[in-house]
Amino acid sequence: MASKEARVTETPVLEFERPVVELERKIQELREFAGDSRDMQREIRSLETRVAELQQEIFADLTPWQTVLLSRHAGRPFTLDYISRMTAEFTELHGDRRFGDDPAIVGGFALFDGSPVLCVGHQKGRTTKENVTRNFGMPKPEGYRKALRLMEMAARFGKPIICFVDTPGAYPGVDAEERGQAEAIAKNLEVMAGLPVPILCAVIGEGGSGGALALGVADRIVMLEYATYSVITPEGCAAILWRDDDKKADAAAAMKLTASDLLRLRIVDEVVSEAPGGAHRDFDATARNLTVSLRHHLTELRRLSPGELQEQRYQKFREMGAFVESTERPESR
Amino acid sequence: MAWYKRTQDDDEVAGEKRSVPVGVFTKCPGCRETLLTADLKANADVCPKCDHHFLMGTRARVALIMDEGSFVEVDTRIESLDPLGFRDSKRYPDRVRAAWRQAGTPDALISGWGTVGAVPVEAGFFAFEFMGGSMGSVVGEKVTRVFERALERRVPALIFCASGGARMQEGVLSLMQMAKTSAAISRMRQAAVPLVSILLHPTTGGVAASFAMLGDVIVAEPKALIGFAGARVIQNTIRQSLPPGFQRAEFLLKHGFVDCIVHRREMKDSLTRLMRMLIPTDTRATAS
Repeated sequence: MASKEARVTETPVLEFERPVVELERKIQELREFAGDSRDMQREIRSLETRVAELQQEIFADLTPWQTVLLSRHAGRPFTLDYISRMTAEFTELHGDRRFGDDPAIVGGFALFDGSPVLCVGHQKGRTTKENVTRNFGMPKPEGYRKALRLMEMAARFGKPIICFVDTPGAYPGVDAEERGQAEAIAKNLEVMAGLPVPILCAVIGEGGSGGALALGVADRIVMLEYATYSVITPEGCAAILWRDDDKKADAAAAMKLTASDLLRLRIVDEVVSEAPGGAHRDFDATARNLTVSLRHHLTELRRLSPGELQEQRYQKFREMGAFVESTERPESR
Repeated sequence: MAWYKRTQDDDEVAGEKRSVPVGVFTKCPGCRETLLTADLKANADVCPKCDHHFLMGTRARVALIMDEGSFVEVDTRIESLDPLGFRDSKRYPDRVRAAWRQAGTPDALISGWGTVGAVPVEAGFFAFEFMGGSMGSVVGEKVTRVFERALERRVPALIFCASGGARMQEGVLSLMQMAKTSAAISRMRQAAVPLVSILLHPTTGGVAASFAMLGDVIVAEPKALIGFAGARVIQNTIRQSLPPGFQRAEFLLKHGFVDCIVHRREMKDSLTRLMRMLIPTDTRATAS
């Protein structure tokens, strides 16, 4: 695996990350010239402390829009990066047995803490070529139907399901509509609600609307610190409600789409810390944190019977929503 | 009162935006005939010349479908909150209040029970005139209650959909209504309680991608716009023009995603026939 420093220089840098990255470059240069010089070493150490402080300062005060940018960061670990770090013996399975295989969703069985689980998730690409293949992580109906086929199989054989959510949204295209994008998503919602095995969902990057939710009807929903989850992209919301694409930062703030917002709204059960400076700065550390979280939730869920799982999952979603009901005029049948 | 109610899409045949006819005369966007609005109303807001289906007021639709005097509206006291403190050019609570005044209903769904052709049903009718029929917490809760009551009473559920999708002003809570309503359908399915969804113009976004597409039987009105992604979004993605008739009811019929297209005037009879055949046989024997 590439070293931490190498990754920093390879991946694209967001505007607000730049001060940190530039300082790190300077440290690297200094190191090359430093040799055994005590003064230089001291200088490097103090700069390193400064980097950590700077990073903490910047990340303590991120705007929702900056979080959106982080959740979409091209250097972020994707589903397969987590699967390879968190599980063993991952065996990818393909195809929906109806139309085709959608590379924007990956799935297969693997060992998590030594026992078999189904892993399924949206998959983005890192290079342009990969992104063309993966369609930028935007699934078509066959992707959702593949996920459904695998989840139903997992249920049949009593295996827990771990879903990784990371998509800008379901693919908006003519072919996707022809093959029933709406029906494919809807079917996943219905079937996931009733599966008799534990379902965990980890929102690892972008939780884009219905395309994300189609892998999101779970007993426990955890979210990485800089992931987002929303009903529409901030760009889409700005275009519709503000009639101005430039208001995307305002829309991002108004929609309450960060992990801490969603914890407050009681949509997610836990926010999982990322490596300092974001998951892209240290894949391994972030994957370790996620493993600890999912292990904890899965252990609890394994104690429940299929009936209890179904009932609790039903009630979990049943209670989502915010409304008042006055009882001044009670209705009678 | 105006002689004509002019709308921007008067000249656009089968345009995206359809209006409810008001004024003495109404020009049909389908055949460009000038119609007496009274004639149009007498014909269930369908053009007598070319069968163009105008948008229909929700109360009028309830009256058209439900047996006279049978409909008992329920859940009328559920009102939305402002969980996000949402504000665009207007505050969300102000938007809701304005919509309430204009549409005469506190949110975008009218629900209740009654009979259709003497068959007892639980029914929900989307009020498109209320914020484009968008689904937030109130609509999600009311739709779920329609399904849960149907399940409890073991009677068919009818859901008349006309919605732009999930309501942005309630953020991810709106998104979660898709899961909540679909979970209720999962239980109906297990218990063999029939669901018929009727797709009106337009049925898109999060409503399409949940209960609208989960009916045991899915019926659509002619030329209704039905789909997941908006045409403009698709056009921006693929950067080419869309095929003619794209996302219309007829397009979905051809691709296998709706069971039948039914003319508005025949809707009640069709639904009655359907439900009589769908009611599980054993249930019917014990119910009478």
